[in-house]
Amino acid sequence: MASLRSFLRSGKTFVILFVVTSCASVFQVNVRDALNQAMDEELERDERVFLLGEEVAQYDGAYKVSRGLWKKYGDKRIIDTPITEMGFAGIAVGAAFAGLRPICEFMTWNFSMQAIDQVINSAAKTYYMSAGFQTVPIVFRGPNGSSAGVAAQHSQCFAAWYGHCPGLKVVSPWNSEDARGLLKAAIRDDNPVVFLENEMMYGVPFELSEEMMHKDFVIPIGKAKVERQGTHITLVSHSRCVGFCLDAAAVLAKEGVECEVVNLRTIRPLDVDTIEASVMKTGNLVTVEGGWPQYGVGAEICARIMEGPAFNYLDAPAVRVTGVDIPMPYAKILEDHSVPQIKDIIFSVKKVLNM
Amino acid sequence: MGAQAVSEGTRMVVSARSFADFTPQASFPIKKCDLHRLEEGPSDEALLTREQGLQYYRTMQTVRRMELKADQLYKQKIIRGFCHLYDGQEACAMGIEAGINPTDHLITAYRAHGYTFTRGVAVREILAELTGRRGGVAKGKGGSMHMYAKNFYGGNGIVGAQVPLGAGVALACQYQGNNQVCVTLYGDGAANQGQIFESFNMAALWKLPCIFICENNKFGMGTSVERSSASTDYYKRGDYIPGLKVDGMDVLCVREAIRFAADYCRAGKGPIVMELETYRYHGHSMSDPGVSYRTREEIQEVRTKNDPISMLKERMLSNNMSSVEELKEIDLEIRKVIEDAAQYAISDPEPSLDELCNHIYARDPPMEVRGTNPWVKLKSVS
Repeated sequence: MASLRSFLRSGKTFVILFVVTSCASVFQVNVRDALNQAMDEELERDERVFLLGEEVAQYDGAYKVSRGLWKKYGDKRIIDTPITEMGFAGIAVGAAFAGLRPICEFMTWNFSMQAIDQVINSAAKTYYMSAGFQTVPIVFRGPNGSSAGVAAQHSQCFAAWYGHCPGLKVVSPWNSEDARGLLKAAIRDDNPVVFLENEMMYGVPFELSEEMMHKDFVIPIGKAKVERQGTHITLVSHSRCVGFCLDAAAVLAKEGVECEVVNLRTIRPLDVDTIEASVMKTGNLVTVEGGWPQYGVGAEICARIMEGPAFNYLDAPAVRVTGVDIPMPYAKILEDHSVPQIKDIIFSVKKVLNM
Repeated sequence: MGAQAVSEGTRMVVSARSFADFTPQASFPIKKCDLHRLEEGPSDEALLTREQGLQYYRTMQTVRRMELKADQLYKQKIIRGFCHLYDGQEACAMGIEAGINPTDHLITAYRAHGYTFTRGVAVREILAELTGRRGGVAKGKGGSMHMYAKNFYGGNGIVGAQVPLGAGVALACQYQGNNQVCVTLYGDGAANQGQIFESFNMAALWKLPCIFICENNKFGMGTSVERSSASTDYYKRGDYIPGLKVDGMDVLCVREAIRFAADYCRAGKGPIVMELETYRYHGHSMSDPGVSYRTREEIQEVRTKNDPISMLKERMLSNNMSSVEELKEIDLEIRKVIEDAAQYAISDPEPSLDELCNHIYARDPPMEVRGTNPWVKLKSVS
């Protein structure tokens, strides 16, 4: 079962199954469709919600995340923009100032650097600068982090960059449940939300319960989830790496090591309480992320653990598993060795546990 | 009638002559606008009623006095940080407000005190924001460049960033079908920003009801327009977007132009670009004496020959629409308003430290914010 799960999670298959059990309905939904359905439902629910970005309308989305939405909602609510990120991100923020609830798509978060001033200075800081007068109910979303073979300029992870800034909420879903619940929460949130998706996860199917398929299903922003209970060590991760942690945990379980896997779900505000509770239980911590190590998400988590009550429960120093500190290379063998693999997680766990 | 500028403490003006003596209204010839991609422009004649004249005078004089008071307070070190003064440019803010509705929208850059006033914020709340007190319009948390009001989106510190924001507000107007327009201002220095051209493109493509206005005061900080711009015809820089060049020192010229522009946008024809030729008496900011890149003679020449308030005053006096005494009376009233406001701005207490971490997130439960060290846990409420 573990190998089937990891096969499905690796994104190599594109299978949609409709499984109905005798007691409760369960739906197989991939991350792309989860995002699509979430946006569809929120567009229907609130006429102030609209989507803008490159290719979101007539192309059905560069990664097909907005497939079918333009056909259903038309030009007014699904807007194709020219390739001018700074301009359309600013337009989106201005629309949020004036009472609309925009979803601004960046084709990838790499292109957000063209517009980052609008995200930080126009969106994130405005509620504070205006002493609570001007709200900015906007969602910026798009694929973040490494993909496959897209090389250095298209592979950066921005979790640490945006996670650094007060006034933003920064969210990084892993599976379909996360994608659906967090995107709905983000759209309903009256604050600027940076929504970091992952292109490699778009095609991966997960089971969603009937409850999760309800149109008001939301996941609270700012709350991490323990995906797997464990006793020996805590693995904290976000986005695609959560899946790798679960795979590593399955392998380690065979050797008698039970890993507790924490899915951050939200980068900012960080759910330190859940991480601390887990570390106080297991006594060991490894953080896992796709981004670079310096000044990264793992660095923040380790610092917080040091500064809080959980430090006294650590049996060994906390350690980070990260992307290699280089621009992303192109050749497959190099790229494969630039990102954390399951074996790297297993290796680090054993090192921390002195095995 | 135009928008209501805040008139604080109005009293009956007692003058030696009765109101029946004054001319109720008069028509004034105004400078014709240079046109770009327009067959016809605003009227070359403006009708001014006595009430309007007094209102414009009062508003412009209030802005003038308020800015000079800010200059004084800054030199006394009671105002700190950035302070970009608007004196000289009053006709732009007043003319625009006179030509749009309070339900229309406006956004500008950092030289924003004048617009903050014309958009409805009281002088005392502006000055108290400059002095960083809790009675300031942004509770002391924003400062000179970050003051907000209904349908007024600041006050923006990043040069040019306000232009896409303004186009976005215009998009919201179009989306909501409310027949409102957004006036989006920027300076000659900002006029070369790429994001402005990105905004022009989308506004034109989608026919957004956006009036793009370049307040050309001839200098971007210390750089003259000739040294910054390959083309100084800012009203033409919208290229495919029609444009007008307007005498920004004449409040009537500005008013007629903005009425024309607003009608254009409301008719669904898309955006329009305006260039207001104006002048600032102060340097770029309080740390700039303003004479290293221009001559004192030039500044003095504008003051004597082209001052917006003097121009209005002369028009009204020479057409018997007011008297020297009446205007002096208004000046005294304004002086009192400014003095009271300054007193307030000096004596009002600074924000409480409890406010430090508030207003991070809107409509959220209270949360904890890390202080400067791990033992300091601060509270943040929406």
